[in-house]
Amino acid sequence: MPPPLSAPLEISFDYTRSLGPVLARFMQSLAQRRILGSRSADGRVHVPPAEYDPVTFAPPQELVEVGPAGTVLTWSWQPAPLEGQPLARPFAWALIQLDGADTALLHAVDAGSAAVLRTGMRVTPRWAAEPAGRITDIECFEPAAGTATRVAARAATEPVPVPGAETGTMIAPISLRYTHSASAEESRYLRALAEGKIIGQRCPSCGKVYVPPRGACPTCGVPTATDVELPDTGTVTTFCVVNVPFQGQRVPVPYVAASVLLDGADIPFQHLILGCAPEDVRMGMRVRAAWKPPEQWGTTAENIDHFEPTGEPDAPYDSYAHHL
Amino acid sequence: MRDVAVVAFAEAPSVRRTDGTTNGVEMLVPVFREAFDQTGLTKNDIGFWCSGSSDYLAGRAFSFVSAVDAIGAFPPVMESHVEMDGAWALYEAWVKVLTGDADIALAYGFGKSSAGDLRRVLALQLDPYVLAPLWPDSVSIAALQARLGLEKNLWTERAMAQVAAASRSAALSNPRAQLSGSADVDELLAAPYIAEPLRAHDCAPVTDGAAAVIIAAEDQSRELCERPAWITGFEHRIDSGSLGWRDLTTAPSAAAAGSAADASGVDVAELHAPFTHQELILRAALGLGDAVRISPSGGALAGNPMFAAGLARIGHAARAISSGGAARALGHATSGPALQQNLVCVLEGR
Repeated sequence: MPPPLSAPLEISFDYTRSLGPVLARFMQSLAQRRILGSRSADGRVHVPPAEYDPVTFAPPQELVEVGPAGTVLTWSWQPAPLEGQPLARPFAWALIQLDGADTALLHAVDAGSAAVLRTGMRVTPRWAAEPAGRITDIECFEPAAGTATRVAARAATEPVPVPGAETGTMIAPISLRYTHSASAEESRYLRALAEGKIIGQRCPSCGKVYVPPRGACPTCGVPTATDVELPDTGTVTTFCVVNVPFQGQRVPVPYVAASVLLDGADIPFQHLILGCAPEDVRMGMRVRAAWKPPEQWGTTAENIDHFEPTGEPDAPYDSYAHHL
Repeated sequence: MRDVAVVAFAEAPSVRRTDGTTNGVEMLVPVFREAFDQTGLTKNDIGFWCSGSSDYLAGRAFSFVSAVDAIGAFPPVMESHVEMDGAWALYEAWVKVLTGDADIALAYGFGKSSAGDLRRVLALQLDPYVLAPLWPDSVSIAALQARLGLEKNLWTERAMAQVAAASRSAALSNPRAQLSGSADVDELLAAPYIAEPLRAHDCAPVTDGAAAVIIAAEDQSRELCERPAWITGFEHRIDSGSLGWRDLTTAPSAAAAGSAADASGVDVAELHAPFTHQELILRAALGLGDAVRISPSGGALAGNPMFAAGLARIGHAARAISSGGAARALGHATSGPALQQNLVCVLEGR
């Protein structure tokens, strides 16, 4: 048996995150090249600022300016930076206690070589050329001359708002790459589709036929083992008329998305019904797959472009009622 | 409240890569079968199901819903899910049985860690404002923690390598382990760093796997298992998610969970320590002396299927009880960066 089909999959999403009053000022100040911490009732200064004190749960008394220089408390070496990390060349991760702070900030240190790093070394931020009100406005830290001095945190003056910061949000882009595998059964299904055939599988326990095959019978929880070739004709069990446009839509609205029960199958699958006016589609309507030209076939469900009416009399309600 | 016991445990082989999908069905079907075979139960006997898994790991939305296919959930079953290790799913199941909502429950966890880049996926469990945008990876964060302890003389690189060697040696008795064998500590220490101060042996391997545990109320437990592993304490606690706000050389949440669950007097402790130095932190936090056998299964360093490895630790602890090898044992699970969140389940034979 050939190995299951797999394909690269990249998932990207831009999260819009609300900052709240404390982090909004922190981010706005970063864009001004100033780093703020929060002072708790006990006098401790948290950096990044605490929205609520982790011990007393009280909101901070005030935000204060710290650093910008600081001291490395611990570090690790990243010899092969990963996508998205602050630097593309080898660098150190470090927990950095900024002058005037009582806690440490995690960031990158551009030191060139692990041999340069040591706990206790002094570092200073390198600012990004284009501030955006994000933690990445600090591009990284870099080694600094001088020794640690206990600098009193200064009360922060109200930062000048940066463009876009008035909404109190930040955009956090996320991108992950996967190798996505189809199951063995899905792979057989997709390979059969590439030959213009529709393959389902029968549960050895209850005898029901699932298409696409699922690997395990959802009723019995046992592996489905026997392949069953199904015709490309079926019955509309239920449907909806899509009137809402969305990004990536390939058919102009209005159109019909339907559950189609292939003849011999025990579970309907979703497809488009074209080839007639949306208002003519009805429950029980008999339909047939409209295949793309064979030269366009691949291991994909898109080989079937849509379903269209056969013109046969409608299936009686009782023949599909238990699939609704 | 009534007594509840672990009556069955099964796990998939821990492997670097499976051909299966990220919804876990291929790994879970044989695992459920094995757990049922141990007890004579069928799916119809399970009153409550709870899973632990992650959509970020699976790269698809609602991956745990597809996993329900492995149950055979028709007619509908009472089912729940946590976006956590299956150990927390077991906690939810335990509460269900304690309160009488179910008499028998099955908790499972599954993860196909090989589908994506695990180090990057785990960056997304961090604070989304000031940490995740930098994509700090799981190994680098653990390395920051390891150095803190090294430079405070709390442990040494040799002590860390000894943890790795002990894990691989113990895993020789676990046919489902991914890494096992006899390792020479000096040879381990001669290997290069992968994230200084961590070497490859300090880090759990990337693992695909799954695990399931069945628990039952007292009357059923005695029928289902010759020597049930009775749950005498089950607690979880959490520390701050801000890495720079806490002392990373300790695990206060592990200590608190261990104290609340009464982890004292155990013969065996199955620890979910994905990094060698974290085992040393956990032993201190849980007060485990030299007489306690640590992770006879090999622990997470011998195979770390995400979202299943913690549940498997409880399963192995229960197995130590049921086999007569221990009178009292604990299973531990962790979640989050640098041992941020910890769960302790204490079990005993009667």
